Amino acid sequence: MNAVFAVANKEFHDGLRNRWVLSICIIFAVLAIGLAYFGAAAAGKVGFTSLSSTIVSLASLAVFIIPLIALMLAYDGIVGEDENGTLLLLMTYPLSRWQLLLGKMLGQGLVMAFSTVIGFGSSAIMVGLFSDTTSWSELIAPYTVFILSAVLLGWIFIAIAYVISTSVSEKSKAAGIALIIWFLFVLVFDLGLLGLLVGTQGNVDETLFPYLLLLNPTDIFRLVNITYFAEQNLTGLLAIAQQTQFSLLSLFAGLLVWLLLPVTLALTIFNRRGL
Amino acid sequence: MSNTTIVELQQAEKKYQGVTAVHQLNLELRQGEVLGLFGHNGAGKTTTIKLILGLIGATSGQVRVFGQDPTHSDARNLRSKLGFLQENVSFYDQLTGLEVLQYFARLKGVAKKNCPDLLQQVGLSDAAKRRVKTYSKGMRQRLGLAQALLGDPKLLLLDEPTVGLDPIATQDFYGRIDTLKQRGCTVILCSHVLPGVEKYIDRALIMGHGKLLAEGSINDLRHQANLPATFHLQGSNLALPETLAAQVHKDQIGTHLKVPLQDKMKTLQQLVNLPGLENMDIHLPSLEDLYTHFIDTHNGLEAAL
Repeated sequence: MNAVFAVANKEFHDGLRNRWVLSICIIFAVLAIGLAYFGAAAAGKVGFTSLSSTIVSLASLAVFIIPLIALMLAYDGIVGEDENGTLLLLMTYPLSRWQLLLGKMLGQGLVMAFSTVIGFGSSAIMVGLFSDTTSWSELIAPYTVFILSAVLLGWIFIAIAYVISTSVSEKSKAAGIALIIWFLFVLVFDLGLLGLLVGTQGNVDETLFPYLLLLNPTDIFRLVNITYFAEQNLTGLLAIAQQTQFSLLSLFAGLLVWLLLPVTLALTIFNRRGL
Repeated sequence: MSNTTIVELQQAEKKYQGVTAVHQLNLELRQGEVLGLFGHNGAGKTTTIKLILGLIGATSGQVRVFGQDPTHSDARNLRSKLGFLQENVSFYDQLTGLEVLQYFARLKGVAKKNCPDLLQQVGLSDAAKRRVKTYSKGMRQRLGLAQALLGDPKLLLLDEPTVGLDPIATQDFYGRIDTLKQRGCTVILCSHVLPGVEKYIDRALIMGHGKLLAEGSINDLRHQANLPATFHLQGSNLALPETLAAQVHKDQIGTHLKVPLQDKMKTLQQLVNLPGLENMDIHLPSLEDLYTHFIDTHNGLEAAL
Protein backbone atom coordinates (compact mmCIF):
# COMPACT_ATOMS: atom_id res chain seq x y z
CA MET A 1 0.00 0.00 0.00
CA ASN A 2 2.96 2.24 0.71
CA ALA A 3 3.72 2.44 -3.00
CA VAL A 4 0.16 3.58 -3.77
CA PHE A 5 0.50 6.40 -1.24
CA ALA A 6 3.94 7.36 -2.52
CA VAL A 7 2.51 7.82 -6.00
CA ALA A 8 -0.63 9.55 -4.71
CA ASN A 9 1.47 11.90 -2.60
CA LYS A 10 3.54 12.91 -5.61
CA GLU A 11 0.47 13.47 -7.76
CA PHE A 12 -1.16 15.64 -5.12
CA HIS A 13 1.98 17.72 -4.70
CA ASP A 14 2.23 18.03 -8.47
CA GLY A 15 -1.31 19.37 -8.37
CA LEU A 16 -0.31 21.98 -5.81
CA ARG A 17 2.86 22.87 -7.66
CA ASN A 18 1.26 23.18 -11.08
CA ARG A 19 -1.37 25.49 -9.59
CA TRP A 20 -4.08 23.03 -10.54
CA VAL A 21 -5.47 23.06 -7.01
CA LEU A 22 -5.39 26.84 -6.86
CA SER A 23 -6.98 27.29 -10.28
CA ILE A 24 -9.77 24.81 -9.65
CA CYS A 25 -10.48 26.35 -6.22
CA ILE A 26 -10.73 29.82 -7.74
CA ILE A 27 -12.91 28.70 -10.66
CA PHE A 28 -15.32 26.86 -8.36
CA ALA A 29 -15.42 29.62 -5.78
CA VAL A 30 -16.03 32.38 -8.33
CA LEU A 31 -18.68 30.28 -10.02
CA ALA A 32 -20.44 29.39 -6.80
CA ILE A 33 -20.28 32.80 -5.17
CA GLY A 34 -21.19 34.54 -8.40
CA LEU A 35 -24.24 32.37 -8.93
CA ALA A 36 -25.35 32.77 -5.33
CA TYR A 37 -25.14 36.54 -5.52
CA PHE A 38 -25.97 37.37 -9.13
CA GLY A 39 -28.17 34.37 -9.87
CA ALA A 40 -31.28 36.51 -9.92
CA ALA A 41 -29.77 39.23 -12.09
CA ALA A 42 -31.86 38.11 -15.04
CA ALA A 43 -34.95 38.84 -12.97
CA GLY A 44 -33.61 42.33 -12.28
CA LYS A 45 -32.47 41.62 -8.74
CA VAL A 46 -29.03 41.54 -7.22
CA GLY A 47 -28.33 39.84 -3.94
CA PHE A 48 -28.45 36.34 -2.57
CA THR A 49 -31.18 34.35 -4.23
CA SER A 50 -32.99 31.37 -2.84
CA LEU A 51 -30.84 28.44 -1.89
CA SER A 52 -32.63 26.01 -4.15
CA SER A 53 -32.25 28.06 -7.30
CA THR A 54 -28.60 28.73 -6.42
CA ILE A 55 -27.78 25.05 -6.09
CA VAL A 56 -29.78 23.99 -9.13
CA SER A 57 -28.13 26.57 -11.37
CA LEU A 58 -24.76 25.77 -9.83
CA ALA A 59 -25.31 22.10 -10.63
CA SER A 60 -26.21 22.83 -14.22
CA LEU A 61 -23.02 24.84 -14.66
CA ALA A 62 -20.82 22.44 -12.73
CA VAL A 63 -22.01 19.60 -14.91
CA PHE A 64 -20.15 21.19 -17.81
CA ILE A 65 -17.05 22.32 -16.04
CA ILE A 66 -16.25 19.49 -13.61
CA PRO A 67 -15.91 16.77 -16.28
CA LEU A 68 -13.80 19.13 -18.38
CA ILE A 69 -11.43 19.90 -15.51
CA ALA A 70 -11.16 16.25 -14.48
CA LEU A 71 -10.40 15.13 -18.02
CA MET A 72 -7.78 17.86 -18.45
CA LEU A 73 -6.20 16.98 -15.13
CA ALA A 74 -5.81 13.28 -15.80
CA TYR A 75 -5.80 12.55 -19.54
CA ASP A 76 -2.00 12.31 -19.75
CA GLY A 77 -1.53 10.42 -16.47
CA ILE A 78 -0.23 7.23 -18.07
CA VAL A 79 0.47 8.19 -21.66
CA GLY A 80 2.46 11.23 -20.46
CA GLU A 81 4.71 9.05 -18.30
CA ASP A 82 5.11 6.71 -21.23
CA GLU A 83 6.22 9.53 -23.52
CA ASN A 84 8.63 10.75 -20.85
CA GLY A 85 10.18 7.32 -20.53
CA THR A 86 9.38 7.27 -16.82
CA LEU A 87 6.69 4.61 -17.20
CA LEU A 88 9.29 2.09 -18.34
CA LEU A 89 11.53 3.08 -15.46
CA LEU A 90 8.73 2.90 -12.88
CA MET A 91 7.89 -0.60 -14.05
CA THR A 92 11.41 -1.73 -13.14
CA TYR A 93 10.73 -0.62 -9.56
CA PRO A 94 9.10 -2.83 -6.95
CA LEU A 95 5.76 -1.37 -7.97
CA SER A 96 2.96 -3.16 -9.74
CA ARG A 97 0.82 -1.63 -12.41
CA TRP A 98 -2.33 -1.46 -10.32
CA GLN A 99 -0.42 0.31 -7.57
CA LEU A 100 0.80 2.96 -9.98
CA LEU A 101 -2.61 3.47 -11.54
CA LEU A 102 -4.52 3.56 -8.25
CA GLY A 103 -1.90 5.87 -6.75
CA LYS A 104 -2.26 8.29 -9.62
CA MET A 105 -6.05 8.22 -9.50
CA LEU A 106 -6.01 8.65 -5.75
CA GLY A 107 -3.63 11.62 -5.90
CA GLN A 108 -5.57 13.39 -8.62
CA GLY A 109 -8.83 12.42 -6.96
CA LEU A 110 -7.57 14.23 -3.88
CA VAL A 111 -6.69 17.28 -5.94
CA MET A 112 -10.23 17.30 -7.28
CA ALA A 113 -11.87 16.63 -3.90
CA PHE A 114 -9.78 19.20 -2.08
CA SER A 115 -10.49 21.92 -4.65
CA THR A 116 -14.18 21.11 -4.81
CA VAL A 117 -14.59 21.25 -1.04
CA ILE A 118 -12.63 24.50 -0.74
CA GLY A 119 -14.12 26.14 -3.85
CA PHE A 120 -17.77 25.33 -3.32
CA GLY A 121 -17.43 25.27 0.46
CA SER A 122 -16.26 28.87 0.43
CA SER A 123 -19.44 29.82 -1.38
CA ALA A 124 -21.48 28.04 1.29
CA ILE A 125 -19.68 30.04 3.95
CA MET A 126 -20.25 33.31 2.10
CA VAL A 127 -23.95 32.60 1.78
CA GLY A 128 -24.13 31.61 5.45
CA LEU A 129 -22.37 34.78 6.55
CA PHE A 130 -23.98 37.37 4.31
CA SER A 131 -27.38 36.14 3.25
CA ASP A 132 -30.33 37.35 5.32
CA THR A 133 -32.74 34.79 3.95
CA THR A 134 -30.74 31.59 4.39
CA SER A 135 -29.73 30.23 7.76
CA TRP A 136 -26.78 27.99 8.48
CA SER A 137 -28.95 25.01 9.27
CA GLU A 138 -30.76 25.17 5.94
CA LEU A 139 -27.47 25.49 4.19
CA ILE A 140 -25.46 22.55 5.36
CA ALA A 141 -27.42 19.62 3.96
CA PRO A 142 -27.94 20.85 0.38
CA TYR A 143 -24.32 22.02 0.06
CA THR A 144 -23.08 18.70 1.45
CA VAL A 145 -25.12 16.79 -1.09
CA PHE A 146 -23.96 19.09 -3.85
CA ILE A 147 -20.27 18.94 -2.91
CA LEU A 148 -20.33 15.17 -2.42
CA SER A 149 -21.94 14.57 -5.79
CA ALA A 150 -19.57 17.07 -7.41
CA VAL A 151 -16.54 15.24 -5.98
CA LEU A 152 -17.92 11.93 -7.24
CA LEU A 153 -18.54 13.40 -10.67
CA GLY A 154 -14.95 14.65 -10.75
CA TRP A 155 -13.64 11.22 -9.75
CA ILE A 156 -15.75 9.50 -12.40
CA PHE A 157 -14.25 11.67 -15.12
CA ILE A 158 -10.72 11.22 -13.73
CA ALA A 159 -11.27 7.48 -14.01
CA ILE A 160 -12.65 7.90 -17.55
CA ALA A 161 -9.57 9.98 -18.37
CA TYR A 162 -7.43 7.05 -17.24
CA VAL A 163 -9.32 4.68 -19.51
CA ILE A 164 -8.31 6.99 -22.35
CA SER A 165 -4.77 7.48 -21.04
CA THR A 166 -4.09 3.75 -20.72
CA SER A 167 -5.50 2.92 -24.17
CA VAL A 168 -3.58 5.31 -26.41
CA SER A 169 0.10 5.75 -27.16
CA GLU A 170 0.23 9.49 -27.81
CA LYS A 171 -0.62 12.36 -25.53
CA SER A 172 -2.22 14.44 -28.27
CA LYS A 173 -4.50 11.56 -29.17
CA ALA A 174 -5.54 11.22 -25.53
CA ALA A 175 -6.37 14.93 -25.44
CA GLY A 176 -8.49 14.63 -28.58
CA ILE A 177 -10.40 11.63 -27.30
CA ALA A 178 -10.93 13.33 -23.93
CA LEU A 179 -12.55 16.26 -25.70
CA ILE A 180 -14.86 13.98 -27.65
CA ILE A 181 -15.82 12.06 -24.51
CA TRP A 182 -16.66 15.32 -22.78
CA PHE A 183 -18.75 16.45 -25.73
CA LEU A 184 -20.60 13.12 -25.84
CA PHE A 185 -21.46 12.94 -22.17
CA VAL A 186 -22.21 16.57 -21.53
CA LEU A 187 -23.95 17.65 -24.73
CA VAL A 188 -24.67 14.93 -27.26
CA PHE A 189 -26.27 12.46 -24.88
CA ASP A 190 -28.99 14.86 -23.73
CA LEU A 191 -29.57 16.12 -27.24
CA GLY A 192 -29.92 12.54 -28.36
CA LEU A 193 -32.52 11.84 -25.72
CA LEU A 194 -34.39 14.99 -26.63
CA GLY A 195 -34.20 13.97 -30.25
CA LEU A 196 -35.63 10.60 -29.31
CA LEU A 197 -38.54 12.28 -27.54
CA VAL A 198 -39.28 14.67 -30.36
CA GLY A 199 -38.74 12.08 -33.07
CA THR A 200 -41.22 9.67 -31.49
CA GLN A 201 -43.51 12.57 -30.60
CA GLY A 202 -43.29 11.68 -26.97
CA ASN A 203 -44.30 8.16 -27.71
CA VAL A 204 -41.56 6.60 -25.54
CA ASP A 205 -42.29 4.33 -22.68
CA GLU A 206 -42.58 6.73 -19.78
CA THR A 207 -41.30 4.27 -17.24
CA LEU A 208 -38.24 3.45 -19.28
CA PHE A 209 -37.21 6.96 -20.12
CA PRO A 210 -35.92 8.11 -16.72
CA TYR A 211 -33.72 5.05 -16.57
CA LEU A 212 -32.01 6.12 -19.76
CA LEU A 213 -30.72 9.11 -17.80
CA LEU A 214 -28.82 6.72 -15.54
CA LEU A 215 -26.65 5.85 -18.51
CA ASN A 216 -24.95 9.20 -18.19
CA PRO A 217 -23.15 10.15 -14.96
CA THR A 218 -23.62 13.85 -15.62
CA ASP A 219 -27.38 13.34 -15.68
CA ILE A 220 -27.24 11.38 -12.45
CA PHE A 221 -25.34 14.29 -10.92
CA ARG A 222 -28.05 16.68 -12.01
CA LEU A 223 -30.76 14.36 -10.76
CA VAL A 224 -29.08 14.18 -7.35
CA ASN A 225 -29.19 17.91 -6.92
CA ILE A 226 -32.65 18.31 -8.34
CA THR A 227 -34.09 15.46 -6.33
CA TYR A 228 -32.97 17.29 -3.27
CA PHE A 229 -35.06 20.28 -4.29
CA ALA A 230 -37.98 18.35 -5.63
CA GLU A 231 -40.32 21.25 -5.18
CA GLN A 232 -38.52 23.08 -7.98
CA ASN A 233 -40.34 23.60 -11.24
CA LEU A 234 -38.25 21.78 -13.72
CA THR A 235 -38.19 22.11 -17.45
CA GLY A 236 -36.62 19.94 -20.06
CA LEU A 237 -35.54 16.37 -19.82
CA LEU A 238 -35.20 16.20 -16.11
CA ALA A 239 -38.86 17.05 -15.61
CA ILE A 240 -39.67 13.66 -17.01
CA ALA A 241 -37.38 11.92 -14.66
CA GLN A 242 -39.04 13.67 -11.80
CA GLN A 243 -42.10 11.52 -12.23
CA THR A 244 -40.10 8.47 -11.41
CA GLN A 245 -38.54 9.46 -8.16
CA PHE A 246 -35.14 7.93 -7.64
CA SER A 247 -34.08 8.09 -4.04
CA LEU A 248 -31.00 10.13 -3.24
CA LEU A 249 -29.31 6.98 -2.04
CA SER A 250 -29.93 5.06 -5.25
CA LEU A 251 -28.62 8.00 -7.28
CA PHE A 252 -25.42 8.07 -5.22
CA ALA A 253 -25.15 4.32 -5.72
CA GLY A 254 -25.49 4.98 -9.44
CA LEU A 255 -22.59 7.42 -9.28
CA LEU A 256 -20.48 4.87 -7.41
CA VAL A 257 -21.18 2.26 -10.08
CA TRP A 258 -20.15 4.84 -12.65
CA LEU A 259 -16.91 5.33 -10.71
CA LEU A 260 -16.09 1.63 -10.36
CA LEU A 261 -16.73 0.89 -14.02
CA PRO A 262 -13.99 3.07 -15.56
CA VAL A 263 -11.58 2.31 -12.69
CA THR A 264 -11.87 -1.41 -13.41
CA LEU A 265 -11.69 -0.84 -17.13
CA ALA A 266 -8.57 1.34 -16.82
CA LEU A 267 -6.88 -1.29 -14.64
CA THR A 268 -7.68 -4.04 -17.14
CA ILE A 269 -6.43 -2.04 -20.10
CA PHE A 270 -3.30 -0.92 -18.26
CA ASN A 271 -2.42 -4.50 -17.35
CA ARG A 272 -2.47 -5.40 -21.02
CA ARG A 273 -0.54 -2.38 -22.18
CA GLY A 274 2.78 -3.20 -23.81
CA LEU A 275 5.98 -1.45 -22.85
CA MET B 1 33.97 -12.84 -9.36
CA SER B 2 31.98 -15.56 -7.65
CA ASN B 3 30.12 -18.49 -9.07
CA THR B 4 26.61 -17.29 -8.37
CA THR B 5 24.67 -16.96 -11.58
CA ILE B 6 22.76 -13.69 -11.61
CA VAL B 7 21.29 -13.64 -15.09
CA GLU B 8 20.59 -16.62 -17.27
CA LEU B 9 19.00 -16.66 -20.70
CA GLN B 10 18.37 -19.97 -22.40
CA GLN B 11 17.29 -19.91 -26.03
CA ALA B 12 15.35 -16.78 -25.19
CA GLU B 13 13.41 -15.47 -28.12
CA LYS B 14 11.13 -12.46 -28.49
CA LYS B 15 8.78 -11.83 -31.35
CA TYR B 16 6.79 -8.67 -31.93
CA GLN B 17 3.87 -9.25 -34.28
CA GLY B 18 5.80 -11.76 -36.34
CA VAL B 19 9.06 -9.83 -36.30
CA THR B 20 11.75 -11.55 -34.29
CA ALA B 21 13.56 -8.95 -32.18
CA VAL B 22 15.78 -11.44 -30.38
CA HIS B 23 16.74 -14.86 -31.80
CA GLN B 24 17.40 -17.74 -29.40
CA LEU B 25 19.83 -15.94 -27.17
CA ASN B 26 21.96 -17.73 -24.61
CA LEU B 27 23.63 -15.73 -21.92
CA GLU B 28 24.97 -16.38 -18.48
CA LEU B 29 26.19 -13.70 -16.14
CA ARG B 30 27.92 -14.32 -12.86
CA GLN B 31 28.07 -12.11 -9.83
CA GLY B 32 30.56 -9.26 -10.18
CA GLU B 33 30.82 -9.57 -13.92
CA VAL B 34 30.67 -6.53 -16.19
CA LEU B 35 29.17 -7.27 -19.57
CA GLY B 36 29.21 -4.95 -22.53
CA LEU B 37 26.24 -5.39 -24.83
CA PHE B 38 26.93 -3.83 -28.20
CA GLY B 39 25.02 -3.45 -31.39
CA HIS B 40 23.39 -1.03 -33.80
CA ASN B 41 20.03 0.50 -33.19
CA GLY B 42 17.51 -2.28 -33.63
CA ALA B 43 20.06 -5.00 -32.98
CA GLY B 44 17.99 -6.34 -30.10
CA LYS B 45 19.90 -4.79 -27.19
CA THR B 46 16.96 -2.99 -25.68
CA THR B 47 14.71 -6.02 -26.12
CA THR B 48 17.32 -8.15 -24.33
CA ILE B 49 17.42 -5.65 -21.49
CA LYS B 50 13.63 -5.59 -21.28
CA LEU B 51 13.60 -9.38 -21.11
CA ILE B 52 16.04 -9.33 -18.22
CA LEU B 53 14.08 -6.61 -16.46
CA GLY B 54 10.90 -8.63 -16.82
CA LEU B 55 9.17 -5.78 -18.63
CA ILE B 56 8.30 -8.19 -21.41
CA GLY B 57 8.05 -11.96 -21.43
CA ALA B 58 10.03 -14.18 -23.78
CA THR B 59 8.03 -15.68 -26.64
CA SER B 60 9.96 -18.89 -26.12
CA GLY B 61 12.95 -20.01 -24.09
CA GLN B 62 13.78 -19.13 -20.54
CA VAL B 63 14.89 -16.04 -18.66
CA ARG B 64 16.10 -16.25 -15.08
CA VAL B 65 17.23 -13.33 -12.94
CA PHE B 66 18.42 -14.07 -9.41
CA GLY B 67 17.12 -17.56 -10.13
CA GLN B 68 13.56 -16.42 -10.82
CA ASP B 69 11.37 -15.60 -13.77
CA PRO B 70 11.48 -11.78 -13.78
CA THR B 71 7.99 -11.43 -15.27
CA HIS B 72 6.46 -13.43 -12.43
CA SER B 73 4.65 -11.32 -9.85
CA ASP B 74 6.72 -12.86 -7.05
CA ALA B 75 9.81 -11.38 -8.66
CA ARG B 76 8.61 -7.86 -7.93
CA ASN B 77 10.49 -7.78 -4.66
CA LEU B 78 13.68 -8.71 -6.46
CA ARG B 79 13.42 -5.44 -8.29
CA SER B 80 14.66 -3.55 -5.26
CA LYS B 81 18.01 -5.26 -5.91
CA LEU B 82 18.00 -3.98 -9.44
CA GLY B 83 19.09 -0.69 -10.93
CA PHE B 84 18.15 0.48 -14.39
CA LEU B 85 19.05 3.51 -16.42
CA GLN B 86 17.38 3.82 -19.77
CA GLU B 87 18.24 5.88 -22.75
CA ASN B 88 16.75 9.37 -22.94
CA VAL B 89 14.82 9.45 -19.73
CA SER B 90 13.54 12.94 -19.01
CA PHE B 91 12.07 12.56 -15.50
CA TYR B 92 9.70 15.13 -14.05
CA ASP B 93 10.60 18.60 -15.24
CA GLN B 94 8.74 20.47 -12.56
CA LEU B 95 10.46 18.69 -9.66
CA THR B 96 13.95 19.39 -8.36
CA GLY B 97 16.67 16.78 -8.75
CA LEU B 98 16.47 15.95 -5.08
CA GLU B 99 12.69 15.57 -5.18
CA VAL B 100 12.89 13.23 -8.16
CA LEU B 101 15.44 11.08 -6.39
CA GLN B 102 13.41 11.08 -3.17
CA TYR B 103 10.32 9.96 -5.04
CA PHE B 104 12.18 7.03 -6.57
CA ALA B 105 13.83 6.25 -3.23
CA ARG B 106 10.43 5.99 -1.59
CA LEU B 107 9.17 3.67 -4.31
CA LYS B 108 12.23 1.49 -3.87
CA GLY B 109 11.96 1.50 -0.08
CA VAL B 110 15.25 3.34 0.38
CA ALA B 111 15.61 5.91 3.18
CA LYS B 112 15.36 9.52 2.00
CA LYS B 113 18.51 10.51 3.84
CA ASN B 114 20.63 8.59 1.31
CA CYS B 115 19.56 10.88 -1.50
CA PRO B 116 21.81 13.93 -0.96
CA ASP B 117 24.77 11.59 -0.65
CA LEU B 118 23.98 9.86 -3.94
CA LEU B 119 23.56 13.20 -5.67
CA GLN B 120 26.95 14.19 -4.39
CA GLN B 121 28.45 10.97 -5.76
CA VAL B 122 27.23 11.78 -9.25
CA GLY B 123 28.26 15.42 -8.91
CA LEU B 124 24.84 16.97 -8.72
CA SER B 125 24.98 18.44 -5.21
CA ASP B 126 24.97 22.01 -6.46
CA ALA B 127 21.98 21.40 -8.67
CA ALA B 128 19.99 19.33 -6.13
CA LYS B 129 17.55 22.16 -5.41
CA ARG B 130 17.11 23.17 -9.02
CA ARG B 131 14.27 21.99 -11.19
CA VAL B 132 15.09 19.18 -13.59
CA LYS B 133 13.75 21.41 -16.35
CA THR B 134 16.94 23.46 -16.13
CA TYR B 135 19.24 20.41 -16.31
CA SER B 136 21.50 19.73 -19.26
CA LYS B 137 21.48 16.33 -20.94
CA GLY B 138 24.54 15.23 -19.01
CA MET B 139 22.97 16.28 -15.71
CA ARG B 140 19.81 14.33 -16.46
CA GLN B 141 21.96 11.36 -17.28
CA ARG B 142 23.74 11.68 -13.94
CA LEU B 143 20.43 11.98 -12.14
CA GLY B 144 19.37 8.82 -13.93
CA LEU B 145 22.51 7.15 -12.73
CA ALA B 146 21.88 8.25 -9.14
CA GLN B 147 18.42 6.77 -9.45
CA ALA B 148 19.85 3.47 -10.73
CA LEU B 149 22.27 3.34 -7.81
CA LEU B 150 19.53 3.69 -5.19
CA GLY B 151 19.52 0.93 -2.61
CA ASP B 152 22.89 -0.60 -3.49
CA PRO B 153 21.73 -2.74 -6.44
CA LYS B 154 23.10 -6.21 -7.11
CA LEU B 155 22.35 -5.99 -10.81
CA LEU B 156 22.73 -2.82 -12.85
CA LEU B 157 21.43 -2.46 -16.39
CA LEU B 158 22.63 0.69 -18.07
CA ASP B 159 21.43 1.61 -21.53
CA GLU B 160 23.75 4.14 -23.18
CA PRO B 161 24.97 5.42 -19.82
CA THR B 162 27.66 7.75 -21.13
CA VAL B 163 25.63 9.56 -23.78
CA GLY B 164 25.84 13.26 -23.05
CA LEU B 165 28.62 12.92 -20.49
CA ASP B 166 31.82 14.88 -21.00
CA PRO B 167 35.10 12.89 -21.09
CA ILE B 168 35.91 13.52 -17.44
CA ALA B 169 32.44 12.55 -16.29
CA THR B 170 32.70 9.45 -18.48
CA GLN B 171 35.97 8.44 -16.81
CA ASP B 172 34.33 9.11 -13.47
CA PHE B 173 31.41 6.97 -14.44
CA TYR B 174 33.58 4.02 -15.48
CA GLY B 175 35.51 4.38 -12.24
CA ARG B 176 32.25 4.05 -10.36
CA ILE B 177 31.35 0.92 -12.31
CA ASP B 178 34.66 -0.54 -11.20
CA THR B 179 33.93 0.22 -7.56
CA LEU B 180 30.50 -1.38 -7.85
CA LYS B 181 32.06 -4.44 -9.42
CA GLN B 182 34.43 -4.75 -6.47
CA ARG B 183 31.40 -4.76 -4.21
CA GLY B 184 29.96 -7.70 -6.11
CA CYS B 185 27.55 -5.84 -8.33
CA THR B 186 26.84 -7.33 -11.74
CA VAL B 187 26.68 -4.77 -14.51
CA ILE B 188 25.33 -4.83 -18.05
CA LEU B 189 26.48 -1.89 -20.15
CA CYS B 190 24.52 -1.41 -23.30
CA SER B 191 25.93 0.88 -25.90
CA HIS B 192 26.79 1.69 -29.46
CA VAL B 193 29.35 4.26 -28.38
CA LEU B 194 32.41 2.25 -27.63
CA PRO B 195 35.67 4.17 -27.13
CA GLY B 196 37.11 3.82 -23.67
CA VAL B 197 34.84 1.06 -22.47
CA GLU B 198 37.24 -1.86 -23.15
CA LYS B 199 39.17 -1.57 -19.93
CA TYR B 200 36.11 -1.81 -17.77
CA ILE B 201 34.25 -4.78 -19.18
CA ASP B 202 35.00 -8.44 -18.57
CA ARG B 203 33.10 -9.64 -21.55
CA ALA B 204 31.56 -8.22 -24.67
CA LEU B 205 28.54 -9.40 -26.51
CA ILE B 206 28.01 -8.10 -30.00
CA MET B 207 24.51 -8.29 -31.42
CA GLY B 208 23.11 -7.63 -34.86
CA HIS B 209 19.60 -8.19 -36.20
CA GLY B 210 18.56 -9.84 -32.96
CA LYS B 211 21.30 -12.44 -33.19
CA LEU B 212 24.44 -12.98 -31.21
CA LEU B 213 27.36 -12.22 -33.53
CA ALA B 214 30.26 -12.66 -31.14
CA GLU B 215 30.87 -13.14 -27.47
CA GLY B 216 33.90 -13.22 -25.21
CA SER B 217 36.59 -11.12 -23.59
CA ILE B 218 38.33 -8.53 -25.75
CA ASN B 219 41.24 -10.95 -26.21
CA ASP B 220 38.95 -13.79 -27.25
CA LEU B 221 37.27 -11.51 -29.73
CA ARG B 222 40.60 -10.38 -31.16
CA HIS B 223 41.56 -13.94 -31.80
CA GLN B 224 38.16 -14.81 -33.24
CA ALA B 225 38.27 -11.86 -35.56
CA ASN B 226 41.89 -12.45 -36.51
CA LEU B 227 42.38 -8.79 -37.33
CA PRO B 228 45.98 -7.64 -37.86
CA ALA B 229 48.03 -5.47 -35.56
CA THR B 230 49.07 -2.27 -37.32
CA PHE B 231 52.49 -0.66 -36.92
CA HIS B 232 52.71 3.01 -37.82
CA LEU B 233 56.32 3.77 -38.69
CA GLN B 234 57.98 7.14 -39.18
CA GLY B 235 61.48 7.74 -40.43
CA SER B 236 63.53 8.30 -43.58
CA ASN B 237 64.67 5.65 -46.03
CA LEU B 238 63.21 2.76 -44.14
CA ALA B 239 64.50 -0.50 -45.51
CA LEU B 240 62.12 -3.11 -44.25
CA PRO B 241 63.12 -6.76 -44.18
CA GLU B 242 61.79 -8.66 -47.14
CA THR B 243 59.51 -10.83 -45.06
CA LEU B 244 57.58 -7.72 -44.02
CA ALA B 245 57.77 -5.63 -47.17
CA ALA B 246 54.72 -7.28 -48.72
CA GLN B 247 52.41 -6.07 -45.96
CA VAL B 248 53.44 -2.43 -46.18
CA HIS B 249 51.31 0.47 -47.21
CA LYS B 250 52.78 3.98 -47.57
CA ASP B 251 51.16 7.40 -47.47
CA GLN B 252 52.07 10.99 -46.51
CA ILE B 253 51.88 10.30 -42.80
CA GLY B 254 54.28 7.40 -42.89
CA THR B 255 54.57 3.73 -43.40
CA HIS B 256 51.90 1.37 -42.18
CA LEU B 257 52.56 -2.26 -41.62
CA LYS B 258 49.90 -4.86 -40.95
CA VAL B 259 50.87 -8.19 -39.41
CA PRO B 260 48.84 -11.00 -37.84
CA LEU B 261 48.39 -10.56 -34.11
CA GLN B 262 50.43 -13.61 -33.20
CA ASP B 263 53.44 -12.15 -35.11
CA LYS B 264 53.32 -8.91 -33.14
CA MET B 265 56.31 -9.57 -30.86
CA LYS B 266 58.41 -11.06 -33.62
CA THR B 267 57.81 -8.08 -35.86
CA LEU B 268 58.51 -5.70 -33.02
CA GLN B 269 61.93 -7.23 -32.49
CA GLN B 270 62.68 -6.98 -36.19
CA LEU B 271 61.67 -3.34 -36.30
CA VAL B 272 63.35 -2.01 -33.18
CA ASN B 273 66.79 -1.94 -34.74
CA LEU B 274 65.68 -0.80 -38.15
CA PRO B 275 68.02 1.97 -39.39
CA GLY B 276 66.39 5.38 -39.82
CA LEU B 277 63.31 4.57 -37.71
CA GLU B 278 62.34 7.66 -35.69
CA ASN B 279 58.99 6.75 -34.24
CA MET B 280 56.65 3.80 -34.04
CA ASP B 281 53.04 3.36 -32.88
CA ILE B 282 51.36 0.02 -32.47
CA HIS B 283 47.65 -0.19 -32.93
CA LEU B 284 45.88 -3.31 -31.73
CA PRO B 285 42.38 -3.98 -32.97
CA SER B 286 40.14 -1.95 -30.68
CA LEU B 287 36.67 -2.94 -29.63
CA GLU B 288 35.42 -0.56 -32.28
CA ASP B 289 37.42 -2.40 -34.98
CA LEU B 290 36.15 -5.72 -33.70
CA TYR B 291 32.61 -4.44 -33.63
CA THR B 292 32.85 -3.20 -37.21
CA HIS B 293 34.47 -6.46 -38.25
CA PHE B 294 31.75 -8.66 -36.77
CA ILE B 295 28.92 -6.52 -38.09
CA ASP B 296 30.49 -6.41 -41.58
CA THR B 297 31.14 -10.14 -41.62
CA HIS B 298 27.55 -10.76 -40.65
CA ASN B 299 26.23 -8.35 -43.27
CA GLY B 300 28.53 -9.97 -45.84
CA LEU B 301 27.11 -13.39 -44.99
CA GLU B 302 23.57 -12.06 -45.22
CA ALA B 303 24.30 -10.53 -48.60
CA ALA B 304 25.88 -13.76 -49.84
CA LEU B 305 22.81 -15.79 -48.90
